[in-house]
Order: sequence, then structure tokens, then C-alpha cells
Amino acid sequence: MNRKIAQFLIPVLSILSALVVSSLIIFIAGRDPFMIFQKMFQATLGSAYGTGQVLFRMTTLILVGLAVALPFQVRLVNIGADGQLQMGAFAAAMTGALLPASLSSFSAVSLCIFSAMGAGACWALLAGVLKVRFGVNEVIATIMLNFIAQGITGYLLTYHFAVPSTVHTPPIIDAAFIPSVNAITGLLAKSPANLSALLSPCAALLFWVILYKSRFGFEIRATGLQPEAARYGGINANRHTLSAMSIGGAAAGLGAANIVLGYKHYYESGMTGGMGFTGIAVALLAGAHPLWILCSALFFGILEYGGLTVNAYIPKDIFMMIEAITILLVISFSALGRRIQL
Amino acid sequence: MSAAVRLTGISKRFGNFAANSNISLSIEEGFIHALVGENGAGKSTLTKIIYGMVQPSEGVVYIRGNAVHFTSPRDAISAGIGMVHQHFMLIPTLSVAENIILGNEHVGLFQHLSLKQMKVLIEKHARDFGLTVDPDSMVENLSVGEEQRVEILKLLVRNASIMIFDEPTAVLTPSETEHLFATLRTLRDKGKTIILITHKLDEVLTVADTISVMRKGEIIGTMPATSVTKPELARMMVGRSVLLRVTNPPPTPGKTILNISKLSFSSLKGEKSLHNLTFNVKAGEIYGIAGVEGNGQLELLQALYGMAPAGAVISGEASLMGASLIGKTPAEITLMGVSLTPENRQRHAVVLDYTVSENLLFGRHRERSFHRGIGFDRKELNRYSEQMIADYDIKCSSPASQPLGSLSGGNQQKIVLARELNRPNISLLILAQPTRGVDIGAIETIHNKIIEARQKGMAILLVSSELEEIIALSTRIGALFKGSIVHEFTEEEVARKRNSEYEFKKEIGLHIT
Repeated sequence: MNRKIAQFLIPVLSILSALVVSSLIIFIAGRDPFMIFQKMFQATLGSAYGTGQVLFRMTTLILVGLAVALPFQVRLVNIGADGQLQMGAFAAAMTGALLPASLSSFSAVSLCIFSAMGAGACWALLAGVLKVRFGVNEVIATIMLNFIAQGITGYLLTYHFAVPSTVHTPPIIDAAFIPSVNAITGLLAKSPANLSALLSPCAALLFWVILYKSRFGFEIRATGLQPEAARYGGINANRHTLSAMSIGGAAAGLGAANIVLGYKHYYESGMTGGMGFTGIAVALLAGAHPLWILCSALFFGILEYGGLTVNAYIPKDIFMMIEAITILLVISFSALGRRIQL
Repeated sequence: MSAAVRLTGISKRFGNFAANSNISLSIEEGFIHALVGENGAGKSTLTKIIYGMVQPSEGVVYIRGNAVHFTSPRDAISAGIGMVHQHFMLIPTLSVAENIILGNEHVGLFQHLSLKQMKVLIEKHARDFGLTVDPDSMVENLSVGEEQRVEILKLLVRNASIMIFDEPTAVLTPSETEHLFATLRTLRDKGKTIILITHKLDEVLTVADTISVMRKGEIIGTMPATSVTKPELARMMVGRSVLLRVTNPPPTPGKTILNISKLSFSSLKGEKSLHNLTFNVKAGEIYGIAGVEGNGQLELLQALYGMAPAGAVISGEASLMGASLIGKTPAEITLMGVSLTPENRQRHAVVLDYTVSENLLFGRHRERSFHRGIGFDRKELNRYSEQMIADYDIKCSSPASQPLGSLSGGNQQKIVLARELNRPNISLLILAQPTRGVDIGAIETIHNKIIEARQKGMAILLVSSELEEIIALSTRIGALFKGSIVHEFTEEEVARKRNSEYEFKKEIGLHIT
């Protein structure tokens, strides 16, 4: 029971203390923190357009959060969600652009999503293989693979696929568009929020079922909690390293559907905007629990978009600091929580 | 006579759980005072309070008549209290003298350490107390007994007059144990006060002057060692009379199940730990491997259960009814009908954060009967958990939600045994240290269950460093020394010699050292 309370209290405490620290920073920067937070709220959940923007960010953040969380349960730190997301985005855009225009909407969207998930999964699997086969630390492998992903997509875009005199690929076929929330319901103004927002909670639920209700999850969690005992229990840890990485990578790749199919309809450099890295924070704040990730993705979605909206009053750099400080506080508080339980 | 340590009304609570409640105890100067009790009786908490690692919720500690309030071991050390921990706190790559000087430098950060003076001091203490250790040798080259001597020297150099020993014999060979007891007596004769924590009753009766028995956080009684017998102590510890000896009906061995012949094992570095090891285990018998730890037990178990580390070279044969076990994975070996309780329970046999039910399932979760859809059959799992909890007298409140880590060592081990002994179609059961860190009450249950399994016709390989356990349970006994069976006692011999346990222990002792 104590454990349950601690599980809930620790993220709350860390967010509260993060708010206090950021108020202090804003105050030192010469602004009124209350005014800033008020403006932030008005511009995000306080308006239809802002809510849509938050929902749009949340959609991808949930998926990259899951991409970090699942490997985390096997004690693997996946820093590579950004690279996996990028590869997924490029794959989705290229598939979408190359498909025959006569294809039905359902098959076009499915094909694009599958290629995005496949690309993300392969990219993450590569790090898993390096780990299992050669003992390369997954942190280093995924960081390097991020650079390589950036290099590959950047090169292919600039030298082969960019529409002349632009920095993006040709647009995907109309059939591969995922319609925006506004187009269907008339809500959320002209925000980029689109129907792929429905995919993320489903994915989170699926991950929760996998982790806590399936035999596969039973093995995964045992491997993460006590790797040596898992070996004695006849569990093949290498297999789980590979599957956790690739399933995670597939989730990150799926995150690209939101951006490419639902919003931009082409690939351009820098379009993932470091969301993969925020995914690490999302997963950590949620304690790598798939359902809590929905909440922490909402929090970081507000922070990310809110940070942009108050740009006129306070530099974006301050919000980068606040985000990073929140993550550090979460880690410190959870370490503290473990000590208290002893 | 004055009390070196006097405790009045000491209580320590962790949440709702009282680890110590209202303890009053007086430990006389110049005595060996033993604290005995089952695991979880509160011995460790009490000593941690004396050593300043834990602060009592209530009560006062007096050292030589003065009330003290230690906030850390540092305070205790300066009050002349020292502790030899169960796991030694030494740095392997430093010499004995360097280890002893560590934390006791008395010089500035960049000043030269006076190792020479220290060596003189060490040699003086070593001579006075019979603690022969070369101050210049590296700690990594020392035997376990020698490492313990270094720990004792550390306390002497710091002028500790009250010394706490936490389960000091757990890691020692029989001859090293004798040596330690001689040292303890010398220390006492020179005026030191010794607090000895243990759950081995023989040792307490051999070496202690005064004995305090703890149960459920309370002191049940304190008495001179000469006025009490082993069964009396056991009864005080458990709260009811216990069988110290399990009834071992005559076995009826069948055909050979496990055949090991000329098995050799070398590590990646080329260290040979098994040499042409040869023995077999028959159905319906318990084959006991007696030996001091580190003579190849670990490697034998690794080889039999597919857990050999990468790069290890295994030659020879180990087969289960004709099918080789070497080179198979643990999952495959399990399917062949082998069940194992690993030596290191907490690291290898259980997942501490998993619930009791989940741990009863862990390792057997691939069995079809537990499956339903992509997950597990809750109903079947509950039924099985409840049955195991009843059969093995496992004490837990709610198996489906209580994490295993909150249970005592004895109950954890009963869970492991319940799981492993009840696998379907077992032909070979491998038990490594089945009662290590387990209290007397649980040992009784576990031993009876092992005999019961043998009666069902399982072949059982028992590896234990407790000779008493080996003698009480085994049908045949192999003495393992430096990676080979140097002597094997036949069924007839074991049955005959079991009745004179003390002589038999000595005889086995000769073969394994």
C-alpha cells in the first residue's frame, strides 16, 4: 500500500518542485512567473487551437515514451527513439509519395504506417543486435544510430528526393492522409491534431496488456528485475532484448504517422524536433508504466507547446531548462523514494 | 563486575513492524555473550543499534555506565565498539597493512602514511592474540579465515574493547572455525567483550559464556552457557519443541538416473575447478556432496544446469538416463525432468518484487496447465498457490499481492522448494544449500519434504556445506575436495555412522580438508 502511495506521490512531488524551481528561474530572468504560467495555460488548454496543439504533441510523445519504456523494463536505456522516429517518418513519407494515387485510403494509410513501424523497429533492432552479438552498450549504440539516422535521411533528402528548391520530399498521395480532427468534427480549430491521436492510447493499452497481462511480459519484467534469476528460470534474455527493442522501435516509428500522414504530408529535415528525446523524459516520469505515460505525455505536451507560446515574454531556453530540471528532479525523487521504502 | 553494554527498554519499529520491542539486556565486560535466534528474530537490528547504524525508537543504550546516543558507526567506533561484518569490508588490491590503516590514517591528505609503524603495531597485536597474518601480503591472496583475522586486527588497532561478530563462522571451514574460537577466547581472556550473533547452536554452546535467546523481537531469556542444552535452546528459539533430527526411513534406490563420469571444468582463465569428477545418483536416493565451499560445487551445479559462464571448457560426461546435459539451456534441461533450487536464493531463484503467487509460478510459467490466452489462468494459479502455501506451511497474508521480498528467508525458501519439488515428471532434483539462511522451524519442514520427495522415487543430488544436513538426509555421501570425489561413503556406512554423528562429522572432515 505504501508502495502504491509512493508511486503516485513521487511524480507529483517532482512536478511540483519543478514548478517551484522554474518559477524561481523565471523570476530571476525578470518576469512574473504567475503571469507566464497563466499565459501558458490560456494558450494551451485554455483555447481550442492550443488544446489541439497539445493533443498533437501528446500523440507522438506517448509513442516515443512507450518506445523508451518497454526496453527500460528489461533494463535497456533506449536513447534512440529520436532516430527511430526519424527513420519512421522518412519511410512513411517515401512510401506515401511512391504509392499509386489510385489506392484506397485504408490500404494507403496502413501501408505507410507499416513501413514507418518497420523502419523504426529495424533501427532499434540494430542496437539490440549490437548489444546481444557484440556486447555494445545500448546507450552508445542508440546515440550513434541517432546520428546515422540523421545522416541517412539528410543525405537522401538533400541529394535524391527533395523537391527542387525546397527542403522536403514530394507530398504523399491524398489517400494516405490521416484526416484532421477539425475536418471530421469541427473541433480544435485549425490545429494539427488528427485522428492518429486515437492510435496512441490504444498503443499504450496494448503495451500495458503485453507487460502486465501476458506471459511475454511476465518474462520481460522478470528479466529486468532480476536478470540472473531469469536465466535460472529458463528465460532467454537475449531474445527479450531483441524483442523489447524492436517493439519499442515500432512504437517510435508509429509516432511518425501523426506528423507525416496527419499533419505535414511530406518529410522535411528537423521535423521530429527532438521529440524522441522528450520521450525519454515521458517514460521516466511515468516510471516506464504504459498507462502513466498518457499523463506524463500530456504534461510534457503542455510544457513543449506552452513554452513556444510564451516565447514573446520569456526565451525558449528557459523552457528547455525547466524540462531538463523536471527530469532530473524525477530521477532524484524516485531514488529518494526507494531509499525511504528501505 | 560492570556491564560493558547495558540496554534498557530498547524498541525499534519500522512502520507497524516492531523489530525489537522493549529489550533490556546487560552484557558483562570480559565475556563472550551470544545472541541466538531465528532469522528475523531481531538480532541484527539489536546489534545495529549498539553499533550506531540504527537509532532506537525508544530506550537507552549505556556503554560502561554512560548513556550514549550514537548517530553513526563513527560514534560507536570512538566509544570503543567494533564490528566484524558477515561480508568483509576489505579492498582486495591493497595489502593487509594498508587495509588496516584505511580510515584510520591520522595524517593530512598529502602526508606520508606511516606504514612501518603500523606494521610494528600489527605484528604486536598478531603475536598477542595469535592472529598470524603477513602484513605485506595482498588481501586478494588471503584465505577467508585470514581475511577475518585482518578484520579482527582492524578492531584491535582501533582499540576496540567491545567486539561484535555477525555470523562469523558462516564462511569458515571447520578448522578455521576452531581457530576463530581460540582467538575469541584469547580476546576474552585479555579483557575484551565479545558479542556473537549466530544461529548455529553447537557453536554457541562451545564458545559462549552467556547466551541470550531472541524471538520475534524480544529477549526470551539470558543464561550461562553451561546451564542449557541444545534442544532447550532450540525450543526457546522456535517457541515449540522441534525435531533436530529428521526421521530418515531406509531408502530403496532404483536405477541410475544421473551419471557423471570424468567431468572436468576449466574457466576461461584456465583455472581447473573439476578434475575427472565421477559419481552417480540413483532413483529414490539422496546423494550428498560434502565439502568446503569453493571446491567445485559451484561449477558442478553450473555444468549440470546449463549455466556455465562463457568460455568455460567442460569435458567428460554428465547424463540424465543416457541423455547428455552438457551444452543444453536451462529451459531444455528443465524439460528433461531436472529441477534445481539454486544456492543463492535471492539472486537466482526468485524475483523479490514479484508476488508470492508469481514466484510460485516463476520458472514454471512455460507449463501449459497454467496458460490461458496470452496470459495465465488466474483461477488455476490461485488454486495451485493456495495448495502450496498449505502444503509447505508458508506464512504470508495475501499471496496474490504480497511481494516476496517482504517474507522471511525461511518462507522464501519454502516457496522455492514448493515450486521445484512439484514440477511435473521430475526425475532428478538438485538441491544446493537448501536450508541456508533458514530458521530452525522451516528447516524441519524442508527436510521432511526432501525425504518425502525421495520416497516418491526422485533422484536427489544434495550439495550443502552443513555436514549435519548431509549426514541427516543422505543415502550415500561423496566427499568433494579440490574438484574430485576423494571418498565415497556407501549406503550401509552412512546408515551405520549416522548414529554417532560427532565421529562421522570428524571423519568426513578429514576427507574434505
